[in-house]
Amino acid sequence: MSATPSGPADGLVGTDQPVVEAVQITKRFGSTVALADAGIVVRRGETHALVGRNGAGKSTLVSILTGLQAADDGAVAFDGRPAPPLGDRDAWRRRVACVYQKSTIIGSLTVAENLFLNRHARSRAGLIRWSRLRHAAEQLLAEWSVEVDVRQPASTLSVEQRQFVEIARALSFGARFIILDEPTAQLDGAGISRLFTRIRQLREQGVTFLFISHHLQEIYEICDQVTVFRDARHILTAPVAQLNRAALVAAMTGEDVTMPEAEHRPLPADAPVLLSVRDLVTASGAELSVEARAGEVVGVAGGGGSGKVEVAEAIVGLARPAGGTVVVDGRALRPGSVPDALDAGVGLVPQDRHREGLVPLLSIAENVTMTVPDRIGRRGLISPPRRDALARDTITDLAIKAAGPQVPVAELSGGNQQKVVMGRALASDPKLLVLITPTAGVDVRSKQTLLGVVEEVRRRGTGVLVVSDELDDLRICDRVLVMFQGRVVREMSHGWSDNELVAAMEGVDLHHV
Amino acid sequence: MSETLSTTARPAATPPPPRAAASRSLAIARLRDLALVPAIIAVAIVGSIVSPVFLSTDNIINVLQSMSEIAIVVLAQTIVLITGKMDLSLESTFGLAPGIAAWLVVDPALTRGLGLDVLPDAWAVPVVLLVGALVGAFNGLLIVRFGLNGFVVTLGMLIVLRGLLTGISGGQTFFMLPESMTYLGSASWAGVPASIWLSLLLFAAGIVVLGYTRAGRALYAIGGNADAARAAGIRTDRVLWLALIVASVLAALAGLLISGRLAAVPSAQGSGAIFQVFAAAVIGGVSLNGGKGSVFGAFTGVLLLFMIINVLTLAGVPAQWTNFLNGTVILVALVVSRITGGKAQT
Repeated sequence: MSATPSGPADGLVGTDQPVVEAVQITKRFGSTVALADAGIVVRRGETHALVGRNGAGKSTLVSILTGLQAADDGAVAFDGRPAPPLGDRDAWRRRVACVYQKSTIIGSLTVAENLFLNRHARSRAGLIRWSRLRHAAEQLLAEWSVEVDVRQPASTLSVEQRQFVEIARALSFGARFIILDEPTAQLDGAGISRLFTRIRQLREQGVTFLFISHHLQEIYEICDQVTVFRDARHILTAPVAQLNRAALVAAMTGEDVTMPEAEHRPLPADAPVLLSVRDLVTASGAELSVEARAGEVVGVAGGGGSGKVEVAEAIVGLARPAGGTVVVDGRALRPGSVPDALDAGVGLVPQDRHREGLVPLLSIAENVTMTVPDRIGRRGLISPPRRDALARDTITDLAIKAAGPQVPVAELSGGNQQKVVMGRALASDPKLLVLITPTAGVDVRSKQTLLGVVEEVRRRGTGVLVVSDELDDLRICDRVLVMFQGRVVREMSHGWSDNELVAAMEGVDLHHV
Repeated sequence: MSETLSTTARPAATPPPPRAAASRSLAIARLRDLALVPAIIAVAIVGSIVSPVFLSTDNIINVLQSMSEIAIVVLAQTIVLITGKMDLSLESTFGLAPGIAAWLVVDPALTRGLGLDVLPDAWAVPVVLLVGALVGAFNGLLIVRFGLNGFVVTLGMLIVLRGLLTGISGGQTFFMLPESMTYLGSASWAGVPASIWLSLLLFAAGIVVLGYTRAGRALYAIGGNADAARAAGIRTDRVLWLALIVASVLAALAGLLISGRLAAVPSAQGSGAIFQVFAAAVIGGVSLNGGKGSVFGAFTGVLLLFMIINVLTLAGVPAQWTNFLNGTVILVALVVSRITGGKAQT
């Protein structure tokens, strides 16, 4: 397993050949273009960063580089030779490995077995020799200095240990090019610095890394080269040392997209405080205190792991907070109770419409009216005509493209599904609207409609909390609180620049470059 | 393990493997396999107090024989459960396979019109196993190939196969079985019924296959995380299909044993047995979610269940109350394993 078919010391391959070279890759999924003429060149021994905002095409590129998907157009070469056919998994595994955010470790099996799954050491009779397998596993982990007991079930590994085990397994196939897909997302500070130590050690041993991260300071800490993708295109590749943070953020965000910006009238001085969150602490340790007045749109921004979603879910009762109080229009909410929040007049667009937002097989009408049975019923029985009338209003108001209220939401496009979720949140005429990543994965037109609705309800005096990392969502806010690692690090009033906000979300201080 | 990283830059230095921690976790893993042993010993002690007969050789053989057929079905179900699927139709295969064989070989002149007598007696056993294989292959076709839900498919098959057996037998019992069909169920080898030897042998083989072959470990990998198994190069579809076929063949063989013991195939043979099979597997630590459990654990589960039934019989509990107590035993065993295992039994 320590044998390296094409190791870095291999004299046959010139060091000038890039470890991987992808040129003019195009990939479409239906009508969406995930990659348009994009490419990347990673040279031997470097640690190369791949950055870009959500939807920039990073994950599509990774799946093409690891042979999970074929590109519609373009070519991938390893060490100057064309990539093997997709079916030859072993050949791919000898060239490249990826440690995904989603684990490919089987928790119920031991670490040793995970390392040698389906290639167990066997005796001549074909029976597995567990002692030899364990020994090989111990040797493999020792070779790469991973100190993990190979006999324990893999489910007992920490995220960090699991990543090391996955890296060791990848190396054991002979791959010396490893893609790390947001490896730091679930690690704490100490874990991150141990991971970086490990990356540096492996680099000295000739391993090349492609490092994907949302955290820019990590790129400056560990990477030599950086490639930026934006909107399915390759924007630039440059040595990290020659690209300052402002330029990097600018490359990631690009020109301002043409989203209609909300008009920002000053709030009337006597606008009452609608939402008051005091010292809220979530189970994961994120903290927030915030007040929102009637007719005010407050943004809570932050990257993945910033805790913004957790605090929002604690506010609306989806999760039970560890401490703190939430008061809506003078009424303190029972912690962890969604019915109480609804009763107090909170409308919610949850983070994941598929998981928490919709019942896909039910009709638009049933989904929209789910939270307001009393408005469409008479003496405890639901009245279908009233329900459909209410749903028809929603369909008109939100411009949902559907034949009628009876259409199952599963048949709608993503943008229209999200409009149904928004319609449900608005069905109860909420005093406070909490939107968690309200425009994630929807098309531009739906985005405009959804954000236009926010402007409308705010004019009627509803308080709105927008929890998102999408700049377009945040642009409609009167002010934005930026969270980083569970704390509010900055508050920006309307008129912030994109670079400034992105930098704050990434935990970078632009003024100290 | 607070410190997970060595600071050595080069791989040359091989740190000594952490032996203490290793042996501890290994001990825990073994303990989990032996979790029911104390319970079995406790039941044995209670049994010997209840009746001096309990620990006699005859009674022990009696217990082992009464459980041998169901135990083989438990083994079959364990194989399927570990892959994360389930096969309810095993109880119908248990009756149908010997039923079809009897139907094809029994002479209607001797049995008031039951049977066809179209095959020579020697074909009986191969037919039993073939029927099992065909049922398993059909289950696999629907579950693996067409991606249908395993629970519903095998529930349908349970009803269909039972109906088929009732149809061909006219709801009656096949008897006058040929010697080839009764031999395994009624013979004694070295003073111990052949069915005991067979079931113990099959469990031993199951322990070896599931613990020491790549195919066996593939079952665990698929049940634990099918995507990861596929990524490791395991042909998940083929393994699943094979598991379903092997399970059905085992159920057919178990049916043959009980038909041989009783020298008859009633049309209700195996009816309702699947609940006991599931209970034994789950008590034995096999997870309904797949990926967890062992053949040895399943064996202790079925042994415990049948020992308790035996003790109740010896204690003179009226037969009418057996089912009530059986169910209670299953629930109590689950609660106990939830407490001792610390995790929810699923």
